[in-house]
Amino acid sequence: MEFFRIKKDIPFMRHALTFNVISLITFLLSVLFLFTHGLHLSVEFTGGTLIEVNYAQAANLEQIRKGLDKAGYTDLAVQNFGSSRDVMIRLPLKAEQSSAKIGEAVMVVLNAEAPGATLRRVEFVGPQVGKELAENGALALLLVILGIVVYLSMRFEWRFAVSAIIANLHDVVIILGFFAFFQWEFSLSVLAAVLAVLGYSVNESVVVFDRVRETFKKVRGLTTPQVLDHAITSTISRTIITHGSTQLMVLSMLLFGGATLHYFALALTIGICFGIYSSVLVASPLAMWLGVSREHFIQPKKKIEGANEDGAVV
Amino acid sequence: MNRYPLWKYIIVALALVIGFIYTLPNFFGESPAVQVSSAKATIKVDTRTMERVETTLRNAAVASSGTFLDVNGVKVRLTSTDDQLKARDLLEKQFNPDATDPQYVVALNLLSSSPQWLTKLNALPMYLGLDLRGGVHFLLQVDMKGALTKRLDSISADLRSLMRDKTIRHGGIGREGERIVIRFRDEETRSKARVVLEDNQPDLLLTDQGEGSDLRLFATLKPAALKRIQESAVKQNMGTLHNRINELGVAEPVIAQQGADRIVVQLPGVQDTAKAKDILGRTATLEIRMVDDTPGALEAAQAGQVPFGTELYVERGGRPLLVRKQVVLTGDRLTDAQAGFDNQTQEPAVHLSLDSAGSRIFKEITRESVGKRMAILLIEKGKGEVVTAPVIRTEIGGGRVQISGSMSTTEANDTALLLRAGSLAAPMEIIEERTIGPSLGAENIQKGFHSTMWGFAAISVFMIMYYMLFGLVSVICLAANVLFLIALLSMLQATLTLPGIAAIALALGMAIDANVLINERIREELRNGATPQAAIHTGYDRAFGTIIDSNITTLIAGIALLIFGTGPIRGFAVVHCLGILTSLFSAVVVSRAMINLIYGRRRKLDSLAIGQIWKPGNSTAATQAN
Repeated sequence: MEFFRIKKDIPFMRHALTFNVISLITFLLSVLFLFTHGLHLSVEFTGGTLIEVNYAQAANLEQIRKGLDKAGYTDLAVQNFGSSRDVMIRLPLKAEQSSAKIGEAVMVVLNAEAPGATLRRVEFVGPQVGKELAENGALALLLVILGIVVYLSMRFEWRFAVSAIIANLHDVVIILGFFAFFQWEFSLSVLAAVLAVLGYSVNESVVVFDRVRETFKKVRGLTTPQVLDHAITSTISRTIITHGSTQLMVLSMLLFGGATLHYFALALTIGICFGIYSSVLVASPLAMWLGVSREHFIQPKKKIEGANEDGAVV
Repeated sequence: MNRYPLWKYIIVALALVIGFIYTLPNFFGESPAVQVSSAKATIKVDTRTMERVETTLRNAAVASSGTFLDVNGVKVRLTSTDDQLKARDLLEKQFNPDATDPQYVVALNLLSSSPQWLTKLNALPMYLGLDLRGGVHFLLQVDMKGALTKRLDSISADLRSLMRDKTIRHGGIGREGERIVIRFRDEETRSKARVVLEDNQPDLLLTDQGEGSDLRLFATLKPAALKRIQESAVKQNMGTLHNRINELGVAEPVIAQQGADRIVVQLPGVQDTAKAKDILGRTATLEIRMVDDTPGALEAAQAGQVPFGTELYVERGGRPLLVRKQVVLTGDRLTDAQAGFDNQTQEPAVHLSLDSAGSRIFKEITRESVGKRMAILLIEKGKGEVVTAPVIRTEIGGGRVQISGSMSTTEANDTALLLRAGSLAAPMEIIEERTIGPSLGAENIQKGFHSTMWGFAAISVFMIMYYMLFGLVSVICLAANVLFLIALLSMLQATLTLPGIAAIALALGMAIDANVLINERIREELRNGATPQAAIHTGYDRAFGTIIDSNITTLIAGIALLIFGTGPIRGFAVVHCLGILTSLFSAVVVSRAMINLIYGRRRKLDSLAIGQIWKPGNSTAATQAN
C-alpha cells in the first residue's frame, strides 16, 4: 500500500502567500475571540469550588439551581457533566464563606432539595493557588519557546528556529481561539495538552528543515523555493502518516476517555490538525522570507593567510 | 552491514526481560488486606505485633495468605472481602480493647497479589494517584509569618532576661514587624549590649541606629537562621499532622512537603472530608506537671480512689503514675526539643530549650523539688499521655534542660518528636482540596485503559497493513515501549494519575513517529534504487538524526511542564518525559535489533517486506514487496 504517489515536487512555495494569509486570518480571528469571549477558565485557575454529584435517574438541574439559590449561593453554575445523571456545580470564591466547608454545605442543601445525590468529586482551590498556576503556566510556555528556539538555532539556523516557533505559536493561539469561541473549559490538563502539542508540532518543522539542509548540501543549482518544495514533498507522506497515527490515539481518547479527558483530547486534535498545516506550510515560507539560502549550510572554505579576495595565493 | 554485535542483542534482551519482570506485578491485581499500624508514636509495631496478629487470626480460624511487616505496619493478606471484614473486627477487638482510646490503627487496605519473589525483587505495581483510587487530597499552606513572629516574640523575651542578668540598662525591648528594637540612652551601654548579644545570640544580625540620647539597636534574624526556622516549622507541622492522621485509620497516608511552605496531605480511601478536616485542624498541647509521690497515694489510686487534685496515668513502660492536676508549664514555653547525647556520659538524651519566662519558672520548681519527679504530658482531645517522667537531680537555670538516663537513641528521638509534635509550629490553612469517590476512580482507570487499548489497536492495524513486516516490527517495538514505560513507572513508584494514563496513550501516538520516519526513509532509499541491505542501513542512519532532533524538542516541552507543573500537570509531565526516553530506545535500538535479526544474515536479499513501493514513471507500480 502506498498512499502518496507524487511524481514531481509539488510547488508549495508558489502558494506561500495564500497559506500565510489564511493563517493570518485564522490567527486574527482567534485573537478576536480571545478578547471578545475570553477563556472559560476552570476552577483550578480562578479559584472556587467544584462539586460533581451523580443521581440514579436523570438529574433535575432546575430543582438543584433553585435549591442552591434559596440557600443563598450566588453566581453558581449547574450543568450536566458527561451524562444527564452527572451534575457539575461550580461555585466562585467567596471571602466571607469558610471556603473549605462549602462542599459539605452544598451536599446538605442537595439532600434537602433534590435528594438522591451521591458525591463523586469535590475540588476546592484557594485564590493563591489559582494565581500561581496561571503564572507557572505562562512561565512554562516561555521556557518551551526559549528552549526550542535555542535548540533549533544550535542545530540548524536562527531563521529556521524563528520561523518554526512563530508557526507553532500561532497554533497555540488558534487552539486558545477555539476554546474561547466555543467556551470550552480551559483546565490544567488542557494547558498540558497545548504545551505537549507545541513540542510535538515543532517536530514537523524539524523534519522538513532537516530535509532542506540535506538537499542544500547534496543538490546544486536549485533555488531556495525549489529546495523547500522538494523537502516538503519528500516528507509529506511521513508527516501525514505520523500525524494520522497520533490522531488515532487521540481520537480513541476522545471516544473512550470520558468527560475528564474530553477537552484534553480536543485540544490535542486541534493542535495536531493545525500543526501539520502550520509547521509545514507556514514555517517554510517564513524561513524563505527570512532569507535562508545555500550559504547558511555549506561550511565556508578555510581562509588562507595572505590570500586575496578570490582566495588565490602564489 | 546490518548485523549487531552480540552484546547489543544481549542488552536488548536484558532490557525486555527486566521490563517484563517489573511490569508483571501490575497484572496480578490486588487482594483485600487488613493493616495494623501504631496510632501513637509511643507504640512500636514490630515482629511481636506481627506474631500477635497471626495468632489472633489463627485462633479465630480466619485464613490469611501471608503476613508482612513494613514501615507502615503489619499487613495481612486475605482471600475474600468477607474474611477481610471479619479479620478487621477481630483485630480491632484484640488490639484496641478500649475503643475510646485506640492504641493501634486497624484499617482496610489492598495489597498487591503478585507472588512473593516479585515483591522481593522490589517489583511493585504502579502507585495509583487519588483520581484513580479515590480519596481526599489537601494542600495546606503554613503561615510562615506567624511562625516567625512567634519566634521573635520568644527571642525578645530572652533578650530581656539576658539584659537583666548582665545588668545592662536599656530603654525597652520590643518587636516591630520582623525585627526586634532595643533602645538605649548612651553609646557605652549600647556597645556593651552589642558584645553580649553577639556572644549569646549568634542567630541575630545587629545594626545600630539613632543618635544623641535616643539610640537604638535593631536585631533581625540572619538568613540562615530564618531558613532554619522555616524548615523546622514545616517539619514540625508535618510531624504533628502525621500523629493526627493516624487516628483516621488510613492505610497509606501521604504527607509531603511541597515547595518552601506547603504540605500536601493525601488520604486514599477516605470519604469523610469533614472529619479529616476536623482532625487536621486540631491543636494539641504539652503540659509539665509534678508527680505525686506521697507514700500510699499511688496504691490508693490504683484501687480506685484517686486522691483529690491528682490524675492516674500510665507511663510508656507500662508503670502507673500519679500526676498532679496543677500545670506548672505549658508547651508554649518550650521553644525546641532535640535528641542528642549527654556531654559527660555520652548517654542518649533529649535537650529541651525553654523561653525566658519558662526558664525562670523551671528554675524555681527544680530548686524546690530536687529528687522529685515531674511528668511531661501531651494533651489531645482532652486526653493526656505521659511522654516522659524524669527525676529532677539539680536546680536547672538558663532554660536548657536535658533529660537523660536509661533510654536508647530511638527512644530519645521519639521523645523529642513527641515533645515537638505537641503543637503546630505555625498556623495552617487549607488552600486546595480534592475529593474523589471510589467509583469515579475505578471508572477513570477503565476509561484510561480503554482509550490506550483501542488507540494501540487502531495504530497496529494500520501499521501492519501499510508497512507489512516492517509495520509488525514497529508494532512490536511500540508494545516494548509500553512495557518499558510501565516497568519504569513501577520501578520509580511514580504516582500514576488519569493525565498520566493520557500521557502513556499520547507517548505511544508520538512514538510511532520514529518508526514511520525509519520505514519511510527505507522505502525512499529503495525507490532511489538502493539494494535492500543498503536501504536498511542508510534508512536507519539517516532517520536517526531526525528522530533525535524531533524528540528533543518534545522533551523540552515535557521538561518545562515538569519544572513548572504541579498536581495533574506533573503527573502528565513525568510520564510524558519518560515516554520520550523509552520510545527513543525502543524505536531506534529494539527495532534495529529485530530487523537485523530478520534480514542481517541473508546474503542474497532481493526484496524487503515493507509494503508496496511506488516509483515515479512506472505507473504499474514496481513490486519490490514480497
